[in-house]
Amino acid sequence: MRPAAAPKAIVALSAAVAAPVHAHLVETGFGAFYDGIAHVAVTPADLIVVVALALLAGQRGTRAARYAVFALPVAWLAGGMIGARWPSAAALPLLTTLSFALAGALVALNAKVRDVGVAALAITAGVLHGLVNGATMAPAGAGALALGGAVSAIFFLTAILSAEVTALPVGWPRIVVRVAGSWIAATGLLMLGWLARSAP
Amino acid sequence: MKTQMKRWKQYAALGAAMLVLAPATALAHREAGQAAGFLSGLAHPVSGLDHVVAMIAVGLWGAVLGPPAIWVLPVAFPVVMALGGLMGLLGFPLPGVEIGIAVSAIVLGAMVLAQLRPPLWVAAALVAFFAIFHGHAHGRELPEGTSALLYSLGFVIATGLLHLVGILLGEAHRWSAGRQTVRAAGGGVALAGLFFLWRAVA
Repeated sequence: MRPAAAPKAIVALSAAVAAPVHAHLVETGFGAFYDGIAHVAVTPADLIVVVALALLAGQRGTRAARYAVFALPVAWLAGGMIGARWPSAAALPLLTTLSFALAGALVALNAKVRDVGVAALAITAGVLHGLVNGATMAPAGAGALALGGAVSAIFFLTAILSAEVTALPVGWPRIVVRVAGSWIAATGLLMLGWLARSAP
Repeated sequence: MKTQMKRWKQYAALGAAMLVLAPATALAHREAGQAAGFLSGLAHPVSGLDHVVAMIAVGLWGAVLGPPAIWVLPVAFPVVMALGGLMGLLGFPLPGVEIGIAVSAIVLGAMVLAQLRPPLWVAAALVAFFAIFHGHAHGRELPEGTSALLYSLGFVIATGLLHLVGILLGEAHRWSAGRQTVRAAGGGVALAGLFFLWRAVA
């Protein structure tokens, strides 16, 4: 190589080196656990499914709410651990969208879902969203602590919201819950369209 | 030899400078354009007057019909509207979308003006039918670089809030003076629909 060509080669190589792309969590500055909590708060797909399931569980009564409060976070944790271990299996936007759209539709219809049905839906949605969480958190360097933070946030959100809905009197407050469910279902329907449109 | 060493030191310094000045590592966010997506979604239904008047008319008519239509109609509309949006996104053709939107304002406004009270299922089916046109036209205009989920959420919430405005205005029909005002509002919606129809076919 001619001496004059060397600087040009260095410049060209430096420019050509693509910096790696990293998915990352929101950094709260308080550590991984709180980053996990913040992750739920700023991830609409996760937040919506938790709200939809909490509304459904609360609508169906105390027993269904108790099932959901434990089933959803535990399933989420299990899914998260699987997703962190095998991240390639976690590209599930269609299924995660379907999960909150279905939950929203059931709330809007005030469907008489049995307690076991609510638990089954919570487990399915929890595993699906947990898989995605685990698969995106692990490459970002977020470990079990961040996943624990996310699961804790989901537990508290489900507990508080389902308890509130369970205690609502018959009449307008319960209609507001159904309206919220219809909005979630409508959002899910539109999202399905966006996913279909952006599919290769 | 000395000159060569000096040159290599210069190369090393240049290399180090290039690395320092290199763009920071790109950070991929799974949920990009969140605030912009939500705000765009919220603003979108309000940006078209044809959509606004029809949404308000749904609320007005619901209030005139009373329970359970007062909440069934505003629940049915966003869901079926989203179905219309889904159809649009999937590429299902729907002829005469703009005409359908204009006719929705005419019919819904006329219902409020005439204080018509059909059975609930008829009212719900009528509202749902028109919701398809609104969804097909408005539900598939995602601004570049925004979150589709939050755009959709904002769009649906804005539509629901427009229904709420109609319901709150429609509650005035409990008083005799308010009843005339609500009927006048229905007439205004129908007139606006006629204007949109004229514009759509012109």
